[in-house]
Amino acid sequence: MSKFRKDEKKGLPAISTASLPDIIFMLLFFFMVSTVMREVELKVSVKAPKASEVQKLEDKSLVSAIYIGKPTKALAKKWGDEDRIQLNDAFAEVDEIRSYVEEKVTKIPEYKRKKHIVSMKVDAEARMGIVTDVKQELRKANALKINYSTLKGFDASKGE
Amino acid sequence: MKRETPEISAGSMADIAFLLLIFFLVTTTMDVDSGIVRKLPPPLDKNIDPPQINKRNIYTVLINSADMILITVKGQDPRPGNIKTLRADVKEFLRPHYPDDPRFPEVEKIELDVKGRTIPYYKTKGVVSMQNDRGTSYKIYIHVQNELAGAVRELRDELSKEYYNMTFKELLDKNEVGAKQIQKAVPMAISEAEPADFGGKK
Repeated sequence: MSKFRKDEKKGLPAISTASLPDIIFMLLFFFMVSTVMREVELKVSVKAPKASEVQKLEDKSLVSAIYIGKPTKALAKKWGDEDRIQLNDAFAEVDEIRSYVEEKVTKIPEYKRKKHIVSMKVDAEARMGIVTDVKQELRKANALKINYSTLKGFDASKGE
Repeated sequence: MKRETPEISAGSMADIAFLLLIFFLVTTTMDVDSGIVRKLPPPLDKNIDPPQINKRNIYTVLINSADMILITVKGQDPRPGNIKTLRADVKEFLRPHYPDDPRFPEVEKIELDVKGRTIPYYKTKGVVSMQNDRGTSYKIYIHVQNELAGAVRELRDELSKEYYNMTFKELLDKNEVGAKQIQKAVPMAISEAEPADFGGKK
């Protein structure tokens, strides 16, 4: 008992808070660097299927994305519930893919153009018809490296 | 009233900062794009006929618009496929069988350069051909692609373990020349037929 009283009288030595801003800044920078901003607003709902034999896409600047799926709920009234293609920020038709790919390729520095890869972000419930059409267009546009975007965790023994 | 107001302790600020840190760590999903990487065939040249492949060397996977799988191999009755057994089935088909066995694809003798030694190897000429309907769902398509890729990857792993004592993935990182040899011995022999419409619209 007496011991505690003594301490109270002394008072706590103040802890220096000088380094606190540094900590906060560190946090801020960390999240600024690591957060990936979604560059497009999704107009189609894409829930990718699962797979296990996946590879990571290293360099984002080499990737151009094509989204395929049904329009989101808010847009379903206007656009119906058929599978649709989204390029950049808008719905697109199959024949627009070629110019889209060409435009994307010109943005890549010349020495890296061979590594250009098209990421197909397709909804699991989409039909292959539209996907095949897109693939045929990509062949014509000579964008032959593609990546089927998937989620992890497919187990064939469960079929799930 | 001599007593001064004590300074507010800032010691707990660190705890708050950590709390924030943990909150963000848990909630942020680092959006790493991953998926199955494939190479499309270049556009068909009308002047050049596609190479003829011996029917015996083709393992055909058909998927109809009801997502049912049919497997046809020459000399065998067409049978319904199952995603659960597909990988093992394809592995069995693509594994080189020597001496020549008419129930399996032809083999071709090649030479592999493993750690400076030349090793003869019988490479299969087998090809997996995949054909789907316009009404097939993307999900089953990806699952089949996944199993086919898995079969090839496992065959590569087996060979890589035998010669280099590590998985193919490790080999790719450590020994690019060696990985090339394995790729030569077990090619990614998956082809997709030109699109067709069978089994009706959906």
